[in-house]
Amino acid sequence: MSVKRWVCTLPLVLAAVSAYACPDAPPRGTGDLGLVVERAIGRLQLVESTGNTVLDGIEGLGDLSHASMVYGRDGRFAYVFGRDGGLTKVDLLCRRIDRRVVQAGNSIGGAISQDGRLVAVANYQPGGVKVFAANTLELLAEIPAEYGEGKRAKVVGLEDAANSRFAFSLFEAGEIWLADLSDPRRPQITKFKDIGREPYDALVTPDGRYYIAGLFGEDGLVLLDLWHPERGTRRILNGYGRGEQALPVYKMPHLEGWAMAGRYAYIPAIGRHEVLVIDTDSWTESARIPVAGQPVFVIARPDGRHVWVNFALPDNGTVQVIDTETRSIVHTMQPGKAVLHMEFTPRGEHVWLSARDDDRVLVYDTATFARLAELPADKPSGIFFTARAFRIGF
Amino acid sequence: MWGRGRCLGSLRRLGNAAAVLMVAGVSGFPVSAHPADGEDGVRAAAVPAPARQQQLIHMVRHDCGSCHGLTLAGGLGPALLPVALQGKPVEYLESMILRGLVGTAMPGWEGLLSEGEARWIASRLREGFPDER
Repeated sequence: MSVKRWVCTLPLVLAAVSAYACPDAPPRGTGDLGLVVERAIGRLQLVESTGNTVLDGIEGLGDLSHASMVYGRDGRFAYVFGRDGGLTKVDLLCRRIDRRVVQAGNSIGGAISQDGRLVAVANYQPGGVKVFAANTLELLAEIPAEYGEGKRAKVVGLEDAANSRFAFSLFEAGEIWLADLSDPRRPQITKFKDIGREPYDALVTPDGRYYIAGLFGEDGLVLLDLWHPERGTRRILNGYGRGEQALPVYKMPHLEGWAMAGRYAYIPAIGRHEVLVIDTDSWTESARIPVAGQPVFVIARPDGRHVWVNFALPDNGTVQVIDTETRSIVHTMQPGKAVLHMEFTPRGEHVWLSARDDDRVLVYDTATFARLAELPADKPSGIFFTARAFRIGF
Repeated sequence: MWGRGRCLGSLRRLGNAAAVLMVAGVSGFPVSAHPADGEDGVRAAAVPAPARQQQLIHMVRHDCGSCHGLTLAGGLGPALLPVALQGKPVEYLESMILRGLVGTAMPGWEGLLSEGEARWIASRLREGFPDER
C-alpha cells in the first residue's frame, strides 16, 4: 500500500476504531440485555435478565414520557423514540448514546424495517412519518400525513411490514397508509381511506401478514391483509360494545404486543372491563373475558398458555393472568403502584413489571408467580428486551 | 349522561349535541360567577391540602401526561401550557377535567377528582403547572 493511499484510509480506520472501542467493556452477547425507560429523568437503565441486575444507566435522552424503542438486528443498538421528537441510537455494549437527532416536535413511536436498514418514526407534531438510515440516522424520507385541505393527522400504530414497507394509521383522518420504501428516498404510498373513526394504535400479527388497527371513535377494529393490500381494509368486531355506554378511558390501551395463543388473539376492549378473544381464522369474536379493570396491555407469555393484563386508572395496581385453555383468570396480584408495562424474558420463564409510583422494576417467576427481584428505578415505564430484535412488529 | 367519557351508538349522537351545549355554556361563564374565589381563582374552602396537592401534581404529570405529555406540551391530547390555555376560563377547564369532552379521547375525571381538586388543577395549569418535588 502506498503512503498516499494509507493516509487516505487512515481517517476511515480511526472512525471505525472510535465507533467500536469500548475499552472498559468485556466481550459479551446482548441476548439477555434490555433497557428500562425512566420516563421523568430522561434516562435508560441497562439491565440483564440472567442475574436480574442493573448494569448501567444511560442519560441524556430528553423527554421519555411514552418512550418506546426498537432494536437493530445485531441486538447491539436500540433506537429510542422520545415524546419530544428525539430519536436516539443507543449502544448497549458501549453503554452510551451512539447518536441522536431531534427530528420532530412531538412523536409517539417507531419501527425498524425487515432488513434493519431503515428506522421510521411516527410523529404527532408535525403529523407524519420520517424515515432514517439505521446506521447514521440520516434522514431519507419524509411522509407528511396530509388529509383534507392542508390538515395533518397524528400518526399512530406504525409497524414494519415485509419488503421495506411500513404501515401506519392517521388518527384524525381515519386512514391507514402503507408506505413502500424499497427506494428509501422515494416512498410509494398506498392510502386506505374511510377505515373508521380515530384509529388509536395498531399491531401486526406475529407472521407479519395482518395489520390491525384499533378504533377509539367506534367499537371495532380494522384489518389489512399485507399479503393482499389490493383487497383493501375490512372491519372486524364491529359494535363489540353492543351500544352500551363505555366507561371513561383514563389511559389508551396499547395494541403492540399481540397476544396470540394458537389461533386466538387476545386484545383489550376500550372503555370496558373486558379482554376480547378473536378467532383469527374467521376474524370474529370468540369470547370476552371479564377482568379487573380497563385493560391497557394484554400480552401473551411466549408459549401462549398465559396472557398477562395490566389496567388503566384506578386499577393500575392490579395485574391479572388469563389461562388460555380455560379462558379464566388464574391469578390476580397487586405487584405495586401504577404498573405501566410488562415484558417477558425471551422464553417466558420470567416477566418484568414496571411499578412507576413505587419507583421499582419487579421480576416475577411466571410459573409460580413468586417475586424474584426488585430493582430500584426512577418512575419506570417501558421495559424492552433485545429479543424484540427478532420479532416482526416489535 | 354526557359527563361520562364516551358514548356509543345512538348515545354518541346525543352526546355530541350535549357536548356542544356544554362547551358553549361553560366557556360563557363569567369568572365573577364565583364570588368566593380567591385572587388566584381557587375557592379557599376547596383548596386541596398540601399532601393532596403533591398527589395531584404527580397525577397530572404522569397520568394526564400519558396523553398531554409529561411536560404538558401535548401528545394525543392538546398542550396544557399557559400559552395554550389563554382565553380558557378556569371554570371551563374545571368542567373539561371533571366531565371530559364527548367525541374526543378526553375522559371525565369526576370519579377520581373532586370539584375543588379539578379547580385547583385548572388554576395551576393556567399559571404554569408546578413540577413534582
